[in-house]
Amino acid sequence: MIELPKRFDEYEESRREGFIKIKELKDKGVNIVGTFCTYAPTELIYAAGAVPVSLCSGNQDIIAQAEVDLPENLCPLIKSSYGNAVTERCPFFYFSDLVVGETTCDGKKKMYELLKNIKDVHVMNLPQSQLNEHDFEYWKAELIKLRRVLEEKFNVEITDEKLRESIKTRNRERKILLEFYELGKLNPAPISGFDLNSAAEAVAFRFDREKAYEEIAMRTLELKEKYERELKGKKTNRPRILITGCPTVGVRKKVIDQIEELGADVVGFESCSGPKEMMELVDETMEPIDAIAKKYLNIHCSVMTPNPNRFKVLDEMIDDYQVDGVVEVILQACHTFNIESYNVKNYVANVKNKPYISIETDYSEFDLGQLKTRLNAFIEIL
Amino acid sequence: MYYVGIDIGSTASKVSVFDDQELIFNIVMPTGWNSVDTSNKIKEELDKNKIDLENAKVVATGYGRISVPYADKTITEITCHGKGAYYLAGKDMMTVVDIGGQDTKIINIENGRVTNFLMNDKCAAGTGRFLELMANTLGVTLEEMSYMALKGEDLNITSMCTVFAESEVISLIGSGAKREDIARGVINSIIGRITTLLNKQGIRGDVYLTGGLCELASFIQLLSEKIDRKVNTSSLARYAGSIGGALLAKNI
Repeated sequence: MIELPKRFDEYEESRREGFIKIKELKDKGVNIVGTFCTYAPTELIYAAGAVPVSLCSGNQDIIAQAEVDLPENLCPLIKSSYGNAVTERCPFFYFSDLVVGETTCDGKKKMYELLKNIKDVHVMNLPQSQLNEHDFEYWKAELIKLRRVLEEKFNVEITDEKLRESIKTRNRERKILLEFYELGKLNPAPISGFDLNSAAEAVAFRFDREKAYEEIAMRTLELKEKYERELKGKKTNRPRILITGCPTVGVRKKVIDQIEELGADVVGFESCSGPKEMMELVDETMEPIDAIAKKYLNIHCSVMTPNPNRFKVLDEMIDDYQVDGVVEVILQACHTFNIESYNVKNYVANVKNKPYISIETDYSEFDLGQLKTRLNAFIEIL
Repeated sequence: MYYVGIDIGSTASKVSVFDDQELIFNIVMPTGWNSVDTSNKIKEELDKNKIDLENAKVVATGYGRISVPYADKTITEITCHGKGAYYLAGKDMMTVVDIGGQDTKIINIENGRVTNFLMNDKCAAGTGRFLELMANTLGVTLEEMSYMALKGEDLNITSMCTVFAESEVISLIGSGAKREDIARGVINSIIGRITTLLNKQGIRGDVYLTGGLCELASFIQLLSEKIDRKVNTSSLARYAGSIGGALLAKNI
């Protein structure tokens, strides 16, 4: 018998709907695997006949409860993920049969230890670097281990054939989402950065995958037509902004929406929530596990040291998206992005000759005024 | 035509008025608790000075910039301070240090345009408010504290948090430390914070101080010793934001 949380009746309507929807899936016997990050190899989860789903984060209202167990001086994303999980506010976590996390940062890997008290959590050890041959071998071994864990957990065999199939499907999905994000290359942009980012991220919470991606593909087509019909060749004096840094969930309103309200267009995202994960596909001609290992290891997250690919991608994106200025979003206490911002600033300002600003913030609203002044002044410079 | 810049800061509000030729006058007043009231008072002052708003362009800046209903445009204090400092100093390449009531800004300026800026963290550490509160705790005015600091020996105030620093100062008073030494410690603590910001942002060209501390000679002397550079300023530098606003009003 699959039960709803004890305090279910007190939840607001949208949350209750979320719970009901996923309970329907559970009642049909679908296995759910909760994930935190783009490093989670979804191909393996699908090949195990399970459904991967992003876990809830980005809300401030749960942080105080998370701080009962966690230190205050920790990244809000970790606190929020943890808070939603332990208070049974996240339907996806609540109904997950297994959670797959990666050792991306110190905060997360120690937080998983606490989550293990209430959930079956499998932690994948991510190498610290992506450049050595043994980094690849290490990560590949972690994928083989995950394959075995999933097989045992769900009592299935993950054949190479199933893997090849899920690689193809995921690659197709990546291409659709990447094409959607690349609407930002059009000038003037046919969609606001806020809507673009929100719509692209919403897909990770949908269970009717095919339909969800079909809708994105349709929307891309419509917006391209709109551009050809109404916008092409029109000049705008709104500066074009590239967002880089930490995931935008939880700060989309206070940073991206705010920038656009102040008179600039957010056209590109060089951040986890952007096209970062979609730029490289899984090689369909290689051995499946090798191909998956290679693709995920190449993700240019600041947890990698060194992290040269991020600068390559910044270089390309600043040119391709015709960017006028770069805004780096740093979540409070995210050491890797915060320290790497030194090199990002130098690269953007001195190599690409574009104005750069970094914003350190969290999910609260107390810095809205200061943030607005900083962003407004930055846009005035452009 | 008149060009009016109104800079509503967290502590003080400044007004500068230009006619078609030159800067004709400046006004400063405390902001008080309600910036809408303040903007109304400013309007009365402008009336008294025979500035007809029908015949004027108004730019509002500062944290209360949204509370000036009769402004034609709002522009951030960063852009305004840059413009104002360039007007006052006239150097092609300069680095402005603006110490305000609730934040401290470092602004790089090239040919009158802001190229880059950095603001302090989201708290009172390293701001004018910090100095005011510490002077209060010592029972002296800001001017007196700054003067006392010159005669004191440095004493380390370890806390950057204004609330903690206040209790630290109170315990120092209790333990019998000399007021001059505490004053020196307080001033050095804020100067240390400003120096870190300056080094982080990078000093290019002349250093120019704007904001409410521009007439505190002893503060300027100590800052200059710490960064080993001349700190330029003028008695009008507290109006840099409103002067910049008025100059930018000419573009409306």
